[in-house]
Amino acid sequence: MNTKNRTSVRIAILGILLVALVFAVYSSFVKDPNVIKVGRDAPNFSLEQLNGTPVTLSDLRGKGVVLNFWGTWCEPCKAEMPALQKQYEASKDKGLVVLGVNIGESAITVEQFVKQVDVNFPILMDRQSNITKLYRIGPIPTTFFIDPDGEVQEIFVGQMTESIIAENVAKILP
Amino acid sequence: MDQRKCECGHANPFGTLLCESCGKLLDTNQSIQQPQFPDIRYEGMARRSQTFASTPINLVWNFFSSVKVAIYIILVILVASAIGTIFPQQMYIPVPVPTEADVARFYSETYGIWGQLFYRLGLHNLYSSWWFVTLLVMLGTSLIICSLDRVIPLYKALNKPRVNQHLSFLKGQKLFGETNFDGTADSRALLERSEKLLKKKGYRIFQSGEAILAEKGRFSRWGPYVNHIGLIIFLIGVLMRNIPGFYLDTYVWVREGETVALPDTPYYIKNLGYKTEYWKEEEMAEKLDLKGGTIPKNYQTDAVLYLNKNTELPGANPDLVEIQRGPIVVNHPMKYDDISLYQSGVQEMELGALNFSLIDKQAGNKKLGTIKLDLYEPKPEQLVTDGVKVRVLDYFPNFYLDNNGKPATKSNLPKNPMFAIEVQSVKENIREKMAYLSGQVILKDKNGRFGLEIEMPDFVDISGIMVRKDRAVPLIYFGAFIFMVGVVMGFFWQHRRIWIQLGDGHLYLAGHTNKNWFGMRREVQAFMEEMKLSISLEDKTKM
Repeated sequence: MNTKNRTSVRIAILGILLVALVFAVYSSFVKDPNVIKVGRDAPNFSLEQLNGTPVTLSDLRGKGVVLNFWGTWCEPCKAEMPALQKQYEASKDKGLVVLGVNIGESAITVEQFVKQVDVNFPILMDRQSNITKLYRIGPIPTTFFIDPDGEVQEIFVGQMTESIIAENVAKILP
Repeated sequence: MDQRKCECGHANPFGTLLCESCGKLLDTNQSIQQPQFPDIRYEGMARRSQTFASTPINLVWNFFSSVKVAIYIILVILVASAIGTIFPQQMYIPVPVPTEADVARFYSETYGIWGQLFYRLGLHNLYSSWWFVTLLVMLGTSLIICSLDRVIPLYKALNKPRVNQHLSFLKGQKLFGETNFDGTADSRALLERSEKLLKKKGYRIFQSGEAILAEKGRFSRWGPYVNHIGLIIFLIGVLMRNIPGFYLDTYVWVREGETVALPDTPYYIKNLGYKTEYWKEEEMAEKLDLKGGTIPKNYQTDAVLYLNKNTELPGANPDLVEIQRGPIVVNHPMKYDDISLYQSGVQEMELGALNFSLIDKQAGNKKLGTIKLDLYEPKPEQLVTDGVKVRVLDYFPNFYLDNNGKPATKSNLPKNPMFAIEVQSVKENIREKMAYLSGQVILKDKNGRFGLEIEMPDFVDISGIMVRKDRAVPLIYFGAFIFMVGVVMGFFWQHRRIWIQLGDGHLYLAGHTNKNWFGMRREVQAFMEEMKLSISLEDKTKM
């Protein structure tokens, strides 16, 4: 084999190895390819509301969606409910939808809680936490701000103040 | 200059130890300082990368072609892997919700300053860190390039064995002997006899003029390369786990009677029932004093696996089709397609539902009927007996009083259930509120009509099922198999060669093997005895 040939074989082998390296390093960074990030489309889902009527995320295209994952055992979730309600009332006519996704609790528990914190935005019942898993929810509350095109504009983990909500809602109003 | 000219006129590539044409030891600086004959591991051929590196490609190639570099890479990986075991990796620490702050706190609080350092340096995720992965790929690269760099010249050399060796080559062998030999008449006969004898010993004979090369076990020289190919296949298999859909490792908890989705798959599993079996005393070979304890024999979940035909829309009502049912026993997973479900954990005798009898205090505590309060999905209303209903007002699965002294729940798991209920008698227009908490019934109106008697609650077992998928496993096993084939080839066979050459009134005999010199010596001795050759072998084996 002459030198020229040998060099091209070496380039080919090193090239393949480089691809393997890039792939290996890339996958070490992206451990979960399904993780939801700002800028990606929010995965579609359908869940029943507390009153039984189903809500499908894709039906809400054209509206800004605040998707709030919560549980009755979570104090900060409870604490931010009034602020969410306030923002919902202020912007629902401008095309804002607030969805509260309850994580795996019974209807009675949720119903009483909702009455107590006095909110009237749709509460979705994720009975088996399937959507919670789909959205890779860790600590709660976790809130997704989804724009009218269905793209996630912001993910907030932790208790939100009224101003934080307002600031992010401004980004997603149609 | 990347060529070296031999006396015979052949131009050899730089790095050649023995002339490719005549086999003479090339006069390198090295051999002047060390009069010892060089190791002919690669048959004295130049490794491919021993040219002067001129282009970046060749520089990179030459770097990875060095065994020294390979050993350093292995050492670095070894040290790094060891360091990663000083404290547990993040995936093994008991932090339920791993936010960065919680993880950081865990390491500094549990292991102090060293733990903090461990965390700060990112060693808590060492094995999936970019630099560790890079090291592994570098090791793979080194494996491939080192092998190629050596196996090709070696193949070329062994494929065209030199029969007529230069005298310096023969003399340089560890096994060498010579004797006077004159008379051209019986030289042919001698060579023929040698040939026959060596053939009987399993040698392959190459002849040219008055020289014989007898060779056996050449294939064992490929052993190391074969086992490196196995390693490379193994590494490719490990890397393939990162391809989406190739690898899955999750865990689900399923209550008896419950049907749950297996995350990231279109499957659902239903737990028909769980049981732990224990060894009976008469089954034991010896009488053991277990002090009242028991030894489990079997952990088993009877399960049904379903395929969800309605995966388009997550969360929508699943359209389940049964695809398999049967037991899941430890070490005997339920398998379907490429998914395996393992029995992997259990929470036994967990509260499933509370049972009560509703009693009529005015009728001498007469039992009116039973009330069942499911702890996972309590019915809002149930009919106890004709005209008497029970409504659940509120339910706290894990009750406590919060900072404001209000009832609240610590989690969504029914560890300490609290119910508030209302009993309604439609006929008599009575509404009475009562509550259950921590094994006690609290009546709002002590002098009311109704009361509750606590009955035996329903207990459920919750099975922990591990969900695994690993499509790379066949490839990993195949790589491991090839690796073993290579090891066996290299370990249990040796490449033995015997040269017999006549010339200048002498008979020269030289032998070489890549291992087991003892066996080689014995074979040559036996050969000489049978041939009645009186040669005293110079044995340099013990040098």
